Amino acid sequence: MSSTTTAAYDDHGHGPEKGLLRWVKTTNHKDIGTLYMWFAFSMLLIGGALAMGIRAELLQPGLQLFEPQFYNQLTTMHGLIMVFGAIMPAFVGLANWLIPMMVGAPDMALPRMNNWSFWILPFAGAILLSTFFMEGGAPAFGWTFYAPLSTTFAPDSTDFFIFAVHLLGFSSIMGAINIIATVLNMKAPEMRLMDMPLFVWTWLITSFLLIGAMPVLAGAVTMMLTDRNFGTAFFDAAGGGDPVMFQHIFWFFGHPEVYIMILPAFGIISHIIPTFARKPLFGYSSMVYATASIAFLSYIVWAHHMFLTGMPVAGELYFMYATMLIAVPTGVKVFNWVATMWKGSMTFETPMLWALAFVFLFTIGGFSGLMLGIAPADIQYHDTYFVVAHFHYVLVTGALWGIIAAVFYWLPKWTGKMYNEPLAKFHFWWALISVNVTFFPQHFLGLAGMPRRIPDYALQFADFNFISSIGAFSFGLSFLLLTYIVVDCIRNGKPADARPWASAKGLEWTLASPIAYHTFDEPPTRAEILAESQHS
Amino acid sequence: MFFFAYAMVPIYDVLCDITGFNGKTGTVETEKQYQVNEERLVSVSFFAATSSGFPVQFAPKISSMEVVPGKFYTTSYIAKNTTDEVIYGQAIPSVAPTDAALHFKKLECFCFVKQKFEPNEEVEMTLRFVIEPEMDEWIQDVSLSYNFYKLDS
Repeated sequence: MSSTTTAAYDDHGHGPEKGLLRWVKTTNHKDIGTLYMWFAFSMLLIGGALAMGIRAELLQPGLQLFEPQFYNQLTTMHGLIMVFGAIMPAFVGLANWLIPMMVGAPDMALPRMNNWSFWILPFAGAILLSTFFMEGGAPAFGWTFYAPLSTTFAPDSTDFFIFAVHLLGFSSIMGAINIIATVLNMKAPEMRLMDMPLFVWTWLITSFLLIGAMPVLAGAVTMMLTDRNFGTAFFDAAGGGDPVMFQHIFWFFGHPEVYIMILPAFGIISHIIPTFARKPLFGYSSMVYATASIAFLSYIVWAHHMFLTGMPVAGELYFMYATMLIAVPTGVKVFNWVATMWKGSMTFETPMLWALAFVFLFTIGGFSGLMLGIAPADIQYHDTYFVVAHFHYVLVTGALWGIIAAVFYWLPKWTGKMYNEPLAKFHFWWALISVNVTFFPQHFLGLAGMPRRIPDYALQFADFNFISSIGAFSFGLSFLLLTYIVVDCIRNGKPADARPWASAKGLEWTLASPIAYHTFDEPPTRAEILAESQHS
Repeated sequence: MFFFAYAMVPIYDVLCDITGFNGKTGTVETEKQYQVNEERLVSVSFFAATSSGFPVQFAPKISSMEVVPGKFYTTSYIAKNTTDEVIYGQAIPSVAPTDAALHFKKLECFCFVKQKFEPNEEVEMTLRFVIEPEMDEWIQDVSLSYNFYKLDS
């Protein structure tokens, strides 16, 4: 009896199960990380296809391709799919792959819940996408789904959207619980909190943001659901409710949400820049405190999205100054990255190129955010293309750039193979130029007064829209090359060293390549942890 | 945090009552005496709107009046049911600017209860209000707006 149990527990060398059911039943953090990444990538392509539709309609003034109602469905679904389907699952996927290896743990703390939190996602995504084929069409009220557009005036498919958001919320919350449990309970006994790599730190803090913010979103959509179907009047003035309250609840979730989508990218960049600058990260502890400060501040600035709802001047002043305050910890991070590079022996492999572009372009997005945060100026910028340009600079060249940088940086570890470096560099420059051609002119359009969420526009906006659309088509095409590079790496890549980047530090690089199915059966020692520490 | 989202509802109402955010108006129970400065005049404009699907013509009897803070005034709104059916509605008030909402008090208003309109009936609905003298001196124009919503019964 006892001998059989011992034998079962000693069997650590086994690989993955054979067949497709491996992916359904898996509780392995590497498998689940891979599933998350491919799901996010397919959602990125779908959301990108919707964006191509948007830009095709905006190529010229006038209505060419779509009815305005369908155009609104495109913008709404593009936003929802990119935020909830692409960016957030991609970061959870990276966390699954990397956090156990970075903290010297054999797996995530709650592996079965991990399986569940992934497998909810394809169903949620399918429910969300199926609304396109329903009578009345998909939700068309913008990704912010303001009441009463989303309650009184919305299509019937909105109830499916609500259910999909509930599922996505469950998945995110479970992912966050799992990450907190893994980091706090499963990290190597010899690893102290201030030894943890920054990707682990930023994800730990992001998890607390998720647990705080996602239930508020669930509350908001539940109120919508009862307003729509069960006669409540949370957002209906006739019954004593208030549509402005919807915006308060939504943005109380929505503002932490934007930091949920950027903090893990901050962590990724803090790994890549020290590696290719061949210097330890400058200001490790200030990075940790800056991340925590940003997370705290993110909860108390939500109404800067609502300067035009008729807020009292005192409220506008408070939310404006609190918003400006976020620039301080964010500035600490940017200057720390720059200081890390200062007098470093820099080389420019593909992950470094993406990381450098991140620092440069995310800062542009941060600055346009500061402009929007100035209450008197926001009266002019509100709901114009300036806002669209701003959040695409922080989400595309911020969050997505961080994800792509991470993929190129850790791909040799995940696959044990090297991607095609010249092709990847070519792809980087292609994406970099086309993304700026797409989004930079939108700043000018917004300053000139072009409103967002409209399928048609006045003639004076035609030239910049044409440039922006051409850039968007080129940017969209570049993702086909990215797909080829990744698939080519997996199938034909040359074997990579265990530590493919000479100066890379981190426990994940101590593991052999190609990586074993189970790692860190024995936790790393204090000496190993210190040798791989980011700050020495 | 899920329940926190629901807790926002009462918190929001209380906050609006205390601060006057969102143009929510207050009430007074009796015609109490205020310190009156006859020299000071405030212009009050009246607006009316109906939500879609509410077939009642609704307008203020006079579009604006000059009032002395601390004195009570009476005005009225006219509503006409344009259909052959009985219609129920509820008027929701809003005052701008926000700082005035706190000091715009109503003794009597058709918005306190739901209204019933008989077929093709035209009614005059009264409103008795006072602007408290504590209102900031810089406010010289106050707007009061009603939006009428349809109720099922």
